[in-house]
Amino acid sequence: MADLESAVAEAVAAGRPVLARGLGRSYGDAAQSAGGVVVETTSCAETIAWDARTGLLRAEAGLSLDSLLRWSIPQGWFVPVTPGTRHVTLGGALAADVHGKNHHRDGAFAEAVESFTLLTSGGRRTVERDRDKAAFWATAGGMGLTGVVLDLTVRLLRIETSSMVVETERAHDLDVCMAAMTDRDEEYRYSVAWVDCLARGGSLGRSVLTRGDHACLGDVEPRDRHRAGRGSGGRADPLRFSPRQIASVPFTPFVSPLTALTVAAFNEAWYRRAPRVRRRTIETISGFFHPLDGVGDWNRLYGPRGFTQYQFVVPFGAEGVVRAVIESLSRERCPAFLAVLKRFGPADEAPLSFPAQGWTLAVDLPLTMPGLGQLLDGFDERVVEAGGRVYLAKDGRLRPAAFKAMYPRLEEWRSVRDSLDPDGLFVSDLGRRLGLVAGQRVVPGSPS
Amino acid sequence: VIDATGMPQTAVLIGGTSEIGLAVLSELASRRLEKVVLIGRDLQRLRAAASELRTAGVPQVEVAELDFESPDLEGLSASVARSLGGIDLVVMALGDLGTADLDELTPARVTEMMTVNVTVPAAALMAFANVLRAQGYGRLVVLSSVAGVRVRRANFAYGGGKAGLDGFALGLGDALVGTGVGLMIVRPGFVRTRMTAGLPEAPFTVDAEAVAEGVRKGLETGAAVVFVPAVLRYVFVLLRLLPRAIWRRIPA
Repeated sequence: MADLESAVAEAVAAGRPVLARGLGRSYGDAAQSAGGVVVETTSCAETIAWDARTGLLRAEAGLSLDSLLRWSIPQGWFVPVTPGTRHVTLGGALAADVHGKNHHRDGAFAEAVESFTLLTSGGRRTVERDRDKAAFWATAGGMGLTGVVLDLTVRLLRIETSSMVVETERAHDLDVCMAAMTDRDEEYRYSVAWVDCLARGGSLGRSVLTRGDHACLGDVEPRDRHRAGRGSGGRADPLRFSPRQIASVPFTPFVSPLTALTVAAFNEAWYRRAPRVRRRTIETISGFFHPLDGVGDWNRLYGPRGFTQYQFVVPFGAEGVVRAVIESLSRERCPAFLAVLKRFGPADEAPLSFPAQGWTLAVDLPLTMPGLGQLLDGFDERVVEAGGRVYLAKDGRLRPAAFKAMYPRLEEWRSVRDSLDPDGLFVSDLGRRLGLVAGQRVVPGSPS
Repeated sequence: VIDATGMPQTAVLIGGTSEIGLAVLSELASRRLEKVVLIGRDLQRLRAAASELRTAGVPQVEVAELDFESPDLEGLSASVARSLGGIDLVVMALGDLGTADLDELTPARVTEMMTVNVTVPAAALMAFANVLRAQGYGRLVVLSSVAGVRVRRANFAYGGGKAGLDGFALGLGDALVGTGVGLMIVRPGFVRTRMTAGLPEAPFTVDAEAVAEGVRKGLETGAAVVFVPAVLRYVFVLLRLLPRAIWRRIPA
């Protein structure tokens, strides 16, 4: 951690803006700062304190969920909120105020954070959830622009096994899917739907719903050891956790194999694979929460230009926006494989946090798609109209005006940010692009 | 900041009254462009172009004068970077079709044409490339021409200059790989503009708007070389192979 502090001090001396970066899993420019100093926190990944009675863990911000879970699951503890990948740091999870499949029940990541240490231009500052509310909630979802989070205290979740009880069912179109989620989501801690954005006509928005909870000891039969695969241990070793990669993409192909044709075929297979009637299975934690972590460097499949993800939330009642987006993705034959639909619970107090009560849809889209920029601008308009917003951790292309309309509490956040960082030391490309921070840029010959 | 789809928020146009250059900025204004600086020789015409651009939807447009006799390109590029708060895109649109008439092409006229078509553009590209390198990011767009792909007798003085600039830009683009700065060369065919008014149109003639669209698509896809219309890429593969005796006889 001394490294982080000296790196920041050096940057200040050189008159360059600073930004902390964890594992770089934000899909846009949140963890980039052209011309600035970007400090990687991943070397600061020590556990500082652990209380097995309360489940309170204090650890350095660069600790990844992957390392944390490999240590905590065998002891019977899980993170209260995990995104779709374990390859994020605690600091990054707080900065983006990440959510998981349990947002409707447990809220976003900040909900599980008790306190953290923030390095600002004025030095270290201990930020406690109840005592320093403004700084706490400006940093949660603040995309790293309030300072560098050095360590966090997080409340972990007790689990009996490393298995998940999962119920899987098909929904043959979007309405059926949304109705099923609305009716019974509250019965499950975790819930998500995979949507086939290429299906058309009467199958528009057909989905596979997976919902479940952590398995209790009684749920896990010895025979489940086989069914759940090698990652979890059944009754003999109920807390076994050894996720592994089943494959990896060895290089970036010149031309992406993900076309409307191949993706439609994949989506078809994925849909058909799911049971026609609801089926209950025991699955591994990694299989349920982090399926893409099983394929190393999967992002390379998108070719040299890569992809962007569009994730938005609209309030309940604005189902029409979700439908319109899926309709237009289908009409444009966007090679979007496995879009994710979820219901969010109430928002937390953070002005820039993404999750808010309503429907959220996330879609990966290749950047080589012609007209993609205009298409997404059109989506933005509908999302703004419905009172929704786009997720900053996924964004690389939002218009500043649209962003301001989506996050009406921006000024409130900015005033806290300005008091925490009066010199505007912490800057990212995302922050400059959207006008979150004044555009300090390194210009040769200018006094900085 | 350049967004994930390759669209810039700030840009500088060198050759600030160029019809193609302004068409490019108008096209980008429909996406993300917010601040522009127009650089050129004629302040009055620059101001007219600036107000045109504001109408096209760019909120902030400034102009800056460039003296071709004794250009202070380093000072100019630094001050442009300051007023834009960082340069996302540089469009190089300087050019003068001049003449290919042997009687009109005095040494002084050739010098003048080469100054506008190669010398100043290359020097300005260098100055701005250095600013972008210091920023750690940015994109240079060089409006070249198919006239420089294989120089024709009908416009050899212009084509020769473009060939020089095109070669310089290609090499500069390669030299910039890894610096965070990208360079794209645009090679339009015959474009209907003031510069070509009154000239007989060649096959594959396009409007400035078509070039602008080509530039936008090139920025979106991260292209290194763009032909407008795209088919000219293949046409010129063939034309380059023509024996000189035949090439020489191609009219206009």
